[in-house]
Amino acid sequence: MPFSPKPPTTSWKRPCGLSREHRISLGGLALIPDRSGALSVPDFSALLVADLHLETGAALARRGLHVPPYDSRSSLTQLEAVLAMTRPERLIFLGDSFHDAAGAAAMDPADRQRLAAITARHDTIWVTGNHDPHAPDDLGGRGVDALALGPVTLRHIPSPRLGDGHEIAGHLHPGATVVQRNVAVKRKCFIADARRLIMPAFGSYTGALSVSSSAFKGLFEEADARVWLTGAEIHVFPRQRVA
Amino acid sequence: MLRHGLSGESALLISPTGGGKTLAGFLATLVELRETHKTPGIHTLYVSPLKALAVDIARNLEAPIAEMNLPITVETRTGDTPHDRRQRQRRKPPDILITTPEQVSLLVADPEAGKLLAHLSCVILDELHALVPNKRGALLSLALTRVRAHAPQVRLAGLSATVADEGALAAWLAPAGAAPVALVKGQAGAAPDIQILKSQERVPWAGHSARYAVPEIYAALKPAGLAIIFVNTRSQAERLFQDLWEANEDHLAIALHHGSLDMAQRRKVEAAMAAGKLRAVVATSTLDLGIDWGTVDLVIQVGAPKGSSRLLQRIGRANHRLDEPSRALLVPSNRFEVLECEAAALAAAENAQDTDYPVIMKLDVLAQHILGRAVAGPFHADDLYTEVTSAFTYRRLERELFDQALDYVATGGYALKSYERYAKLKRMGDGRWRLAHPRIGQQYRLNVGTIVESPMLKVRLASVKSRASRRVLTGGRVLGELEEYFLSQLSHGDTFLFSGEVLRFEGLDEFGALVTRAAGRDPMVPSYQGGRFPLSTHLAARVRAMLADPGQWQHLPPQVRDWLSVQKWKSVVPGADQMLVETFPRAGKHYLVCYPFEGRLAQQTLGMLLTRRLERRGARPLGFVASEYALVIWTVADLSSLIARGRLSLAELFDEDMLGDDLEAWLAESALMKRTFRDAALIAGLIERRHPGREKTGRQVTVNTDLIYDALRSHQPDHILLRAAWDDAASGLIDIHRLGDLLRRIRGQIVHRALDQVSPLAVPVLLEIGRESIYGEAHDALLAEAADDLMEEAMRLV
Repeated sequence: MPFSPKPPTTSWKRPCGLSREHRISLGGLALIPDRSGALSVPDFSALLVADLHLETGAALARRGLHVPPYDSRSSLTQLEAVLAMTRPERLIFLGDSFHDAAGAAAMDPADRQRLAAITARHDTIWVTGNHDPHAPDDLGGRGVDALALGPVTLRHIPSPRLGDGHEIAGHLHPGATVVQRNVAVKRKCFIADARRLIMPAFGSYTGALSVSSSAFKGLFEEADARVWLTGAEIHVFPRQRVA
Repeated sequence: MLRHGLSGESALLISPTGGGKTLAGFLATLVELRETHKTPGIHTLYVSPLKALAVDIARNLEAPIAEMNLPITVETRTGDTPHDRRQRQRRKPPDILITTPEQVSLLVADPEAGKLLAHLSCVILDELHALVPNKRGALLSLALTRVRAHAPQVRLAGLSATVADEGALAAWLAPAGAAPVALVKGQAGAAPDIQILKSQERVPWAGHSARYAVPEIYAALKPAGLAIIFVNTRSQAERLFQDLWEANEDHLAIALHHGSLDMAQRRKVEAAMAAGKLRAVVATSTLDLGIDWGTVDLVIQVGAPKGSSRLLQRIGRANHRLDEPSRALLVPSNRFEVLECEAAALAAAENAQDTDYPVIMKLDVLAQHILGRAVAGPFHADDLYTEVTSAFTYRRLERELFDQALDYVATGGYALKSYERYAKLKRMGDGRWRLAHPRIGQQYRLNVGTIVESPMLKVRLASVKSRASRRVLTGGRVLGELEEYFLSQLSHGDTFLFSGEVLRFEGLDEFGALVTRAAGRDPMVPSYQGGRFPLSTHLAARVRAMLADPGQWQHLPPQVRDWLSVQKWKSVVPGADQMLVETFPRAGKHYLVCYPFEGRLAQQTLGMLLTRRLERRGARPLGFVASEYALVIWTVADLSSLIARGRLSLAELFDEDMLGDDLEAWLAESALMKRTFRDAALIAGLIERRHPGREKTGRQVTVNTDLIYDALRSHQPDHILLRAAWDDAASGLIDIHRLGDLLRRIRGQIVHRALDQVSPLAVPVLLEIGRESIYGEAHDALLAEAADDLMEEAMRLV
């Protein structure tokens, strides 16, 4: 049978929509994971997204790897879909929104316009990250290093010593593998215990790092920690059940 | 061969193993070099698929050269050759260079290639039968077009084991459009002496364990001087090795040899074989090719041989003398394999071969070659197109597709032209293409080749110390390498078989996996897969014919004969051209079993497509499992009744049109396509190979190709790499061509039996349920099941 190119029959967006069953509580603040990897904070009418790494394609192309230049538009389409579904007033980017400064400057005009339209419709906050230490100049919103939502601090890189506080962070791109019937299913995931939550990377080219990897060591009370796997549904597991 | 060589003609020598092929290939070279004395560049390139062989070949060649006192220099060049020696080889080339296909590509990508190859008079291609059916062969065929461009006088000497289609190989060696090269046939050896183990024990219904036959295998190898025991997978090798040692009352020297073991350990086993210190070696395909290690006087094949060419190749390992028969013993590991062994023994006795055609037109390989061409220097697209299509494998390449590949190499080939400024190739004023930056040449050299291995991790034996009542592990000796995906599924404390021992998984560190020796002999984790071959079409047809003709059953062991007789009585034994479909209820579910005998890959694809159809017809399928011979699907609905009432037509169910939209819809979403896409992306240079050690420096970029695949498919479904991935999936992992042949073969030939209970023939595949992972893509369903299991465990009171 010959190759006959066709676009996907199903929608190529990741499934999105808030989970009905799963609530995560951090210092009393209710958080609802979205199937796409965004996080809703109803008390503040806020939607959080972490690690979009926009313009990853262009960054790789500069190094001689011509990966398809379609990552930014995929991520933006995904973001628009989640926003349309959850209708928050505030949009909070949790850092590493752009893969690098060159990318933020050289983004395709059409993509840039779409992003500007999104930030114009929402009270937008850019938490800065290690890839993007400054908020983008002309894309609306304001830049902060960290932000408090009630009892919870939002920052890009999880702090090594949390003290008595509570925190939502990104940076590590958590993912988890569940083995069932000899099939390993790997997904991006949220991971949290009673004190801290780390969000999955939202970017369409941004992969996942296993929560078993040494980067996560010491960040969670292993016995209490749970993971919420994203996908067609949210699936929650004790940290110890996944790899 | 010598005559063709001396008159400068290319030729193909076909000869069974043990015919002295390699020396025959070199004869003309030695004669020429003796006469003409000094050549100012490389005279002969010797290319073999096995890197490990290069040193042995060089040694074997140096001996006669020294004896005859010839002033001929021989050197090797492989991926392991140090940089300074390569530089010296460029300045002062040897007369004979012994190398691998990848190194030929690197050689022609050298801007100095013209000088190095100007006086080349011969290229010897050894083990050609092993090269042409895969992408390495495609890349080599392109490199040879460059060799011809630099040295139009060059002759090719192809050396091959016996193959089904000699003509295709002879055509492969000649430029497209020219006559195939001359064929030289080696003397046929004595017919092999093949026995099939007639076990006194009960032959298992299913599975691939030959444990039942271990005492008999041991008894067979005891009188032999040196025996090679071939198995099909590494896990079988590990298992059998352990079992043999338990039976080893006489403390015979028995060793283990497979591709995951540490290289140094494998070399040690080979040296011990050559020195006559071993009595038996349990091996996988790692000993299929290559030179002789000692005098092997018995080959034992455990498990089905899968193809008659493979069996002949393996049997040829025994007694490398043409005038005496090689001795072989076949040990089937289950009842269907008894039939397959009988069929294979008959085929081997007739010297019948399975067909393995040269691969055609791999687009990812073409992209790699185009980049290599640019590394060598600027080129005109028209010239390169003419040159590429002179290769047999690319003779039908259309210009449009070539231009797409060129565009891909230059800027990625995207509709959105945003990478012009990051181009790898640039147009010059005179219309030629040149490399945009020397760095890209470096990138090419690091990523050359078509072998894509699944990511491996080193396995190290750890020493355990107790410090402050905590176990502290320190990594020690490297035992070998295992697939990352296998290791990532293990939990701390799991035990598994590897390197001939039961090991306990202790965890991963930055260098790989840490293990300790475990007590006991039964590993908890059933072990990893790998190295499975599909049953060849040729053998499958023979097995069907044997099954259909009760007259041939008399050769079979009584227990197998009984099994088939009861089948005949309880259901039916299908004719050679027919396909039997049985439906029956069992334990509250309904089963459909069919027997295509077309190998696991094609039957898995069939299972995937049939379940989609059954779903649409309301039969509510729950799952399926494919073996090499049969396929079972289980459903909620009563299939026998649906068929009886005319609500389900088997002819429609198995209609060829399932290869249309159903296939396309399933495949595009499937993990299989993502896998072939990853391989194509790597070969075509979209992403880079992993270079151990470079991750740390941050120079290594890891790119998740699954995510790229999704984005590319939604934005540019006609991209050349998607096409390359599709071609690979169609011919490889899902065996569409074979499935298509099957569906055409069984049209109007389906025999249906509605039964009250499971039939004898169905027992083996039913036993695979639960043993095999359920093949499917319903990952969210699996996650939900895993979560439910956990919930149930938590709710349990005792």
